[in-house]
Amino acid sequence: MSIARVQWPEKITTGDVVKVRMLIQHPMDTGYLQDFTGKVVPRNVIRLVTCTLGDKEVFRIEPSSGISANPFFEFFVRATSTAEFKVEWTDDKGVKRQHLQLFKV
Amino acid sequence: MNAEGGLRRKGLKGLLLAGVTASFAGWRVAFAQRMNSGRLISLEDMVQPVVKGAKLLKQDVQIVAPVLADNGSLVPLQINVQSPMTDQDHVTHVYLLSQRNPVTQVAVFHFGPWNGRAEVNTRIRLAGTQDVVALARFSNGEFRFNQMEIIVTESACVDAS
Repeated sequence: MSIARVQWPEKITTGDVVKVRMLIQHPMDTGYLQDFTGKVVPRNVIRLVTCTLGDKEVFRIEPSSGISANPFFEFFVRATSTAEFKVEWTDDKGVKRQHLQLFKV
Repeated sequence: MNAEGGLRRKGLKGLLLAGVTASFAGWRVAFAQRMNSGRLISLEDMVQPVVKGAKLLKQDVQIVAPVLADNGSLVPLQINVQSPMTDQDHVTHVYLLSQRNPVTQVAVFHFGPWNGRAEVNTRIRLAGTQDVVALARFSNGEFRFNQMEIIVTESACVDAS
């Protein structure tokens, strides 16, 4: 099951500045809210998101509880060559997940 | 005639009781919906932990967000920094700071010349009406920022369930 979705334009030529849209499925519990039984839901927030293109780190995000549930990010990257795009994230529970997708130029 | 009057009185009593209970229920709902949480902190207190006395200018940064956000749990926000993004002159970090949220630093974005454009788009949570500050750190160690007030009608961080 894929819990991240990454999207970019269909046709990319070398030198283009490409918009990358990224959506990660995560509850991003702040630790301030209660569930239906009145128990406080413990904080579970993504601490770090890294995006690598090939073997180069392209973008890094350090979110906090101030980012909405199912975090969405949109950023730009300059296309140089076909490479594997990798998104990695770590949350408060120590769960590490990653998503791979081929970045075709 | 007498018996009829008694019946009418009983009906009135019932109505009154129902009204009182309903108003109590209303009061409880009103109590649960606190509009704002936390307290407002000054711009200096928001920015200085990051800037640490470096040069700070209010220019070249643009925040695109709704002036009035209905739902504080999900406010779309775009940060736009004017920069050529070359090896010599580029944006290294963008800090997103909030005035009233329990966690002041909403997020940090790391940029480099490989990004081509210093722009990021995300969705944030806001605990009530407040100023949001986007602070960009440039490769020469300089900081530039901009702020924007976002009116939030329904705060995040308040339990609605």
